[in-house]
Amino acid sequence: MLDYLVSKYNYWIYIFLMMLGFYAMMGKRNLMKKLIGMSIFQTAIFLFFISIGVKKGGTLPIMMEGAARAADYVNPLPHVLMLTAIVVMVSTTGVALAVLLLIYRRYKTLEENEILRSTR
Amino acid sequence: MIVQYENVIIKTISRILIPFIQIYALYVIMHGHYSPGGGFQGGVILGASFILLVMAFGAEASQKRISLKKLTVLASLGLLIYSGIGLVALLWGGNYLDYGNLPLPLATVPEIRAMGILGIEIGVGIGVMAIMISIFLAITSFETGGENA
Amino acid sequence: MKIFVLLVVLLTGGLLLAGMEEMPGWGDPSSPPSMHVSPRYIEKTMEETATPNMVTSVLADYRGYDTLGETTVIFAAGVACLLLLRKDDP
Repeated sequence: MLDYLVSKYNYWIYIFLMMLGFYAMMGKRNLMKKLIGMSIFQTAIFLFFISIGVKKGGTLPIMMEGAARAADYVNPLPHVLMLTAIVVMVSTTGVALAVLLLIYRRYKTLEENEILRSTR
Repeated sequence: MIVQYENVIIKTISRILIPFIQIYALYVIMHGHYSPGGGFQGGVILGASFILLVMAFGAEASQKRISLKKLTVLASLGLLIYSGIGLVALLWGGNYLDYGNLPLPLATVPEIRAMGILGIEIGVGIGVMAIMISIFLAITSFETGGENA
Repeated sequence: MKIFVLLVVLLTGGLLLAGMEEMPGWGDPSSPPSMHVSPRYIEKTMEETATPNMVTSVLADYRGYDTLGETTVIFAAGVACLLLLRKDDP
């Protein structure tokens, strides 16, 4: 139990960041703060994924001179998948901001309980 | 609506810096083979240079350089280049998006693949630039009707 | 209300931490993500694509379909944003 706490401490950091974003998405009442919480959550996911592919003694995934051995270079696959995920995060944030602008024009407020009360 | 920033320093520095930012963005797109970079990264930097232009000089004055009509054409052109290269590879005998069958006058098959990668990175760069600027212009020129002038 | 949300967040965090027990350690070269298809991408990138940058060759050549889907996603997001925030000309 104690060596699990000490040797895998990096997973504690990722889970702490993810839970910060998760609490902001559910616990805050302002719609803009929920959007910021979603952004924190997605950034924690990127950090988690890219840190899985690290190898001890490896360098950047750009080919140097000499023969190519797989143990010299960091795993390039998580980098590729997270490039796609960054573009998806930007698209989601852009469309969510556009919807927030329309909500503000219609209801004149961004608090969740006031909006729900005026639709009833 | 974004109005012109009433400061001489901002306008002069933007006028000097914007061409250098665009050259750096083109460098990042073209050197995607040999250094970190590629289509998405260079496209975002190219879009950021035009956003600096709109923020420093106002949306009215930069209307003749970038307007929403030209941007929609550019965004569709970027996606068309990507799938067009895939379709050319299909018509010349291979699978879809298999760059080895493109009709380029180069010596070996790996070099033709490298040119195919460069072609689609250019298409992705143009598309991402147009989308970034059009999202920015759409969000900032929206009147919510409740703000005090 | 916020106490309930805090309890749910702590419970989710605890479940995630309990599942981290079998994940590989930091910097392990024989972890499962680096084993099956990733050494082939690293060793064959110069002789199949003539591109020293492995990330670009995987993104644009070996996994070109996913990049086509991603470009469609950002195009669709731009079109959706323009449709939502259009000025109605009378």
